Amino acid sequence: MRNKLSPFLKTFMVFGYGFLYLPIFTLIIFSFNSSRLVTVWQGFSTKWYTSLLHDEALLKSAWVSLQVATYAATFSVILGTLSAVALVRLGRFRGRRLFGVLTTAPLVMPEVITGLALLLLFVALEQILGWPKGRGIVTITIAHTTLCMAYVAILVRGRLADMDRSLEEAALDLGARPLKVFTAITLPLISPALLSGWLLAFALSLDDLVIASFVAGPGSSTLPMVIFSSIRFGISPQINALATLIITFVAIGVMIAGWLMHRKRY
Amino acid sequence: MKVILSKARKSLTSPFWALLIPYAWIFLFFLIPFFIVLKISFSDMKMGLPPYGPFMEWLEDGVLLIKINFNNYSFIGLDILYIFSYIESLIIAFIGTVGCLLIGYPMAYGISKVAPSVRTICLMLVILPFWTSFLLRVYAWIGILSPNGFINTALLKMGLISTPLTLLDTTYATVLGIVYCYLPFMILPLYASLEKIDHTLVEAAYDLGAKPYQAFWQVIVPLSSPGVIAGSMLVFIPAVGEFVIPELLGGSQTLMIGKVLWNEFFSNRDWPVASALAILMLVFLTIPIVIFQRFQERQVRFLDAE
Repeated sequence: MRNKLSPFLKTFMVFGYGFLYLPIFTLIIFSFNSSRLVTVWQGFSTKWYTSLLHDEALLKSAWVSLQVATYAATFSVILGTLSAVALVRLGRFRGRRLFGVLTTAPLVMPEVITGLALLLLFVALEQILGWPKGRGIVTITIAHTTLCMAYVAILVRGRLADMDRSLEEAALDLGARPLKVFTAITLPLISPALLSGWLLAFALSLDDLVIASFVAGPGSSTLPMVIFSSIRFGISPQINALATLIITFVAIGVMIAGWLMHRKRY
Repeated sequence: MKVILSKARKSLTSPFWALLIPYAWIFLFFLIPFFIVLKISFSDMKMGLPPYGPFMEWLEDGVLLIKINFNNYSFIGLDILYIFSYIESLIIAFIGTVGCLLIGYPMAYGISKVAPSVRTICLMLVILPFWTSFLLRVYAWIGILSPNGFINTALLKMGLISTPLTLLDTTYATVLGIVYCYLPFMILPLYASLEKIDHTLVEAAYDLGAKPYQAFWQVIVPLSSPGVIAGSMLVFIPAVGEFVIPELLGGSQTLMIGKVLWNEFFSNRDWPVASALAILMLVFLTIPIVIFQRFQERQVRFLDAE
């Protein structure tokens, strides 16, 4: 009953995907260019990849970013899942509407506002409580967790709402404690959402420039911050090489995750 | 008695405790910060750290002095540059949203019509760029648009132009960057609402003699409107406060409010004015955020892909 795509729609989609992917391909191709000029092809070379390995500021910031992304993804999966469970399973409670709005608001909030607001909070907390001492990995992790838990909450909410509740009810009827039901039945059933939530949070944290710039301290520049300051000086093939590595890494990760979830479902 | 006891135990171990942790987190790290921004937007600038004056002060004799300083707001209101940058941000974000809709709608419609096996791949191809670095995707356009970039090199070689065109550092480049970066945010909720449409309704329209374009405009488009609204808000709201795209592609002639706020904060170190700019931006965004909240309940589940 589905009618075939019209030729117009077909051409449009080809152009649409071209629009999405051509800029990314240009990045990848010119990372192998031996010329310093990014746009003139002079021959194949992998020297920009070797020069990446000797860029210490870049490697240091990559390490900071990986640490922050791992912590932030883990915390945001825990907090996002808890808030999704609260919203889907608790029915109506006082403040549910406010809670629902607050859990999804970070999704659309312009990053400059979130970043500024969190920085001012950290400064005020340091003045009043003496914590957090200075700014660095801890403050960036807190900021990223706040942003990423919104995405995780949406993923998990979708999964919880679609879930068949009869299994949970059966376990409760058979006398299992709610906590036991949650860990033995609910968690395994929503695990694909937890996995994709973790990966998405990891990618978002690794990607964030604006919020991190506000809440990072002097010694804790993240990878996007270092990339950004070098882009400001102009294009360099080394950034292309880095982009190629990141894109390859992400593409493989997404494909593996997609394959795992696909296999689980069928 | 036994029943009551077991009920009490159930409610003690029920998921209620789970609510408290994320609630406290979001309260402390998302809601309270906005009140601090509001507070600081009313204080005066000061040298030192933190670079703003106190809001409340205890004077002798137990008098509490609360200073509310409207200077930052009148400063913004009197400077035509700030007003321009607010207006320009709204216009650029609006045009960018329309651009996303024009490209995103046919694509989402196409994806919803292909065979299910191909659909998964089509969706994955939309999601993939969303996962790769935003900053690097903006960076890719510098190489394409710059005076010695691909477009200019190609046009020069073909002899169509004799001097490179100014493509980079323009408002057009900013709009293009917004359309490019936010396109997945538009396609995914659109697809989610198009996919749910009951096709018997479309068939009924055909049976009643509707032509394909009539069925499309009078049945499919209205039924997908929640997706249109959710997608548009998902693009428009963050685009208004966008910093990276106008900074890297817009050059000095594009004044968007996110960039102005950034400079106010990082270059001038004027935290109170930056806070006031943020508060005013939030005021402008209240209506779209409320609309988004209405529609997101059903529409933002697209992130789950299928």
